[in-house]
Amino acid sequence: MRDRELVIVGGGPAGMAAALAARAAGAQDVLLLERDQHLGGILNQCIHPGFGLHHFKEELTGPEYADRFARQVAEDPGIEVSLRSFVVKLTKDREISFLRPGALEEVKARAVILATGCRERTREMIAIPGSRPAGVYPAGLAQKIVNMEGWIPGREAVIVGSGDIGLIMARRMALEGVSVKAVVEIQKTSRGLVRNVVQCLEDFGIPLYFQHRISMIHGRDRVEKVSVVKVDDEFRDIPASGFELSCDTVLISVGLIPENELLEMAGAEMDRKTNGPVAPEVNLTSLPGIFACGNAFKVYDLADSVTRDSELAGRAAARYLGLK
Amino acid sequence: MSYDVVIVGAGVTGAAIARELSRYRLKLLVLEKEAEPAFGVSKSNSGIIHAGTQNSPASLKGWLCVEGNRLLREELAEDLGLNLVQCGQLIVIFDEADLPELDRIKAEGEALGVKGLQLVDRAWLDANEPNLGPEVKAALLVPSAGIISPYRFVYALVENALKNGAELKTSCRVTGVTRIEKGGFYVEAGGQVYATRFLVNAAGLRADEISALAGAPTFRITPRKGEEYLLDRKREHIANRIIFPLPSKTSKGILIIKTSDGNPMIGPTAHDTEDKEDLATTDAGLAEVLAGARRMIPSFEKSDIIAYFAGLRPVAGKDFVIRHEDSAPGLVNAAGIQSPGLTSAPAIAVMVADILKKHGLELRPKEQFHRLRPRPAHLFQIPLEESRRLIEKNPAYGDIVCRCELVSAQEVRDAIKRGAVTLDGVKFRTRAQAGRCHGGFCTTRILKIMQEELGFPVTALTKRGPGSELIKDERK
Repeated sequence: MRDRELVIVGGGPAGMAAALAARAAGAQDVLLLERDQHLGGILNQCIHPGFGLHHFKEELTGPEYADRFARQVAEDPGIEVSLRSFVVKLTKDREISFLRPGALEEVKARAVILATGCRERTREMIAIPGSRPAGVYPAGLAQKIVNMEGWIPGREAVIVGSGDIGLIMARRMALEGVSVKAVVEIQKTSRGLVRNVVQCLEDFGIPLYFQHRISMIHGRDRVEKVSVVKVDDEFRDIPASGFELSCDTVLISVGLIPENELLEMAGAEMDRKTNGPVAPEVNLTSLPGIFACGNAFKVYDLADSVTRDSELAGRAAARYLGLK
Repeated sequence: MSYDVVIVGAGVTGAAIARELSRYRLKLLVLEKEAEPAFGVSKSNSGIIHAGTQNSPASLKGWLCVEGNRLLREELAEDLGLNLVQCGQLIVIFDEADLPELDRIKAEGEALGVKGLQLVDRAWLDANEPNLGPEVKAALLVPSAGIISPYRFVYALVENALKNGAELKTSCRVTGVTRIEKGGFYVEAGGQVYATRFLVNAAGLRADEISALAGAPTFRITPRKGEEYLLDRKREHIANRIIFPLPSKTSKGILIIKTSDGNPMIGPTAHDTEDKEDLATTDAGLAEVLAGARRMIPSFEKSDIIAYFAGLRPVAGKDFVIRHEDSAPGLVNAAGIQSPGLTSAPAIAVMVADILKKHGLELRPKEQFHRLRPRPAHLFQIPLEESRRLIEKNPAYGDIVCRCELVSAQEVRDAIKRGAVTLDGVKFRTRAQAGRCHGGFCTTRILKIMQEELGFPVTALTKRGPGSELIKDERK
């Protein structure tokens, strides 16, 4: 088992910012593990603008924003990047096992930063009743399908939840010629940024139903329609308010959950409600020498804020290592 | 094309019969209307290998269950490379006044030959099942019950039957059956006609229709819907055994089910329906299942649920219908196979072979019957050191596709080589997309591997067969 100074799990905006900040603070030996075949994480599928306004004072797309960091990481001789590397084990003593094509590797780190991002809440987590046909996708998966693969999942879509991913995908699908029938939001207001409500829905004439929920998904093999019902302030169905929307696709955008299975495996104290670590301040966990940053620590609205706080994580790890 | 036996249905019953008959020098054909085996009733099975309790000693299914349980534990699981876990079960009561009911279940089980049954008190339960709620007063311990992956069981049976010469045609619905004057049938399916001496009907929900087509409208199948809710694998150790309440008239009740893949499951409901395609889950079903499960273990939370589905039990009265139909000579029905059908399947297969023999089918053993099926490699089932050896031999086992359930690109390719042609087929064989993210991260990667291996355009790939296409168009 090889000793490493600092191991960072996850090569998205959080992991890259933490790696660069740790280096600037004196770390000599950083191993950055990324499960995908390139750095950048979810930014690679966010081809819309709106990134970098705080950090770079200019407006970039997601891939452009990621690329600025990826270049610096690639040029830094003190950062070793291992792609297609998937961590399967983390102990509280910071022993890490990871798989990559052709090998199972084991390292022991003096400090660890988890920058594992988040995952989408699914249809199953909000328990939408009905059948289980093809055509029900988490909105972020649909974003990957369209932007990374160039595939169009359907022709008539209904979007559940008005978070930013749902709003952005409503526009994206409309731009690809998909008929977006509605965005259905159970709350009274959108959780998304105001600019997204305006630019993604209003500008495209896509109806947004507040205080409504999907009460049933219909269709044997592929989605055929959804039942929608209005709810009151206690989320109870209002009788006789139901209607149906025909569609072949349902995109689910009902929030994100920090992805912390490794931290949990290591035995850190977790908040069962948020799935984030229980911590007295940002980026800390209950385990000494193990830090969490970016969306793995808490779900952020802006990538710029992820960068800012993840730089703090890189410096905190350096301080823990006794540097500077 | 002429066969000795045509089997309708590649669920667990048809698959077990095909595998059993493939020991003999027979020309066998299995016809399945869905895109893959196990896509009908079997895919919604709980995966419980029942001990045989909760059945009357006067029932056929009680005896078949006990024998099927023995065959699985003593031979089949090992021969077919299946992960059978003999975790045992508890039947719990909430009222001391129900103790005589447990005594009755114990006596009936013993009459059927179920071994090791033991009444246990609250102190035993506190020591062995610490998460049980305060309402539970006592239980019957049934040590020979276990769990298995229902679909991987079916795939193993089918693979082994094919290895031994049986043929399988999928997406091939039987549309007509004609009696041949001098014996046997012409079976019309998927635009072809197959002649056969014997017809075995294991058509699940459609078994009444197939029997009627063949000239024996002797029973009716009523679907009984069951909704099941699957929990995060993190809750794996919430129970050490499968936990049952006392059975009701129509079902074994809402259970806490361990599964061989780790995720606990709660359910199923039991409600009769007229619609053989009604697989919708409901708000009411979820509420019923949560209430039932919480009575036994109160700490279940709605947020533990990562997946849910509904299945339909093919009910034809109280017992299985396994018989030769004298009004349609050559037709053997294996119908009404509801619970405990998965466990009973190996014994049903032996019984059906016996019935066929009595009616003139000669069963001459093959010189070489391939009894064993190599166990597919699944990273999630093996220790890290074994994974290391696997990856060193084939690097693609280290290329992780599904992070929630730890499934590699090579396992996805293996699944396709073993017969998966749909996204669900890959999921059932490998567990890729079966975890907490529900395919959010791995679906595109799996679709790309399927494109490569199957040679289809992405728009032709489906979730579970024609009509369930996943991608409508490609950008120009």
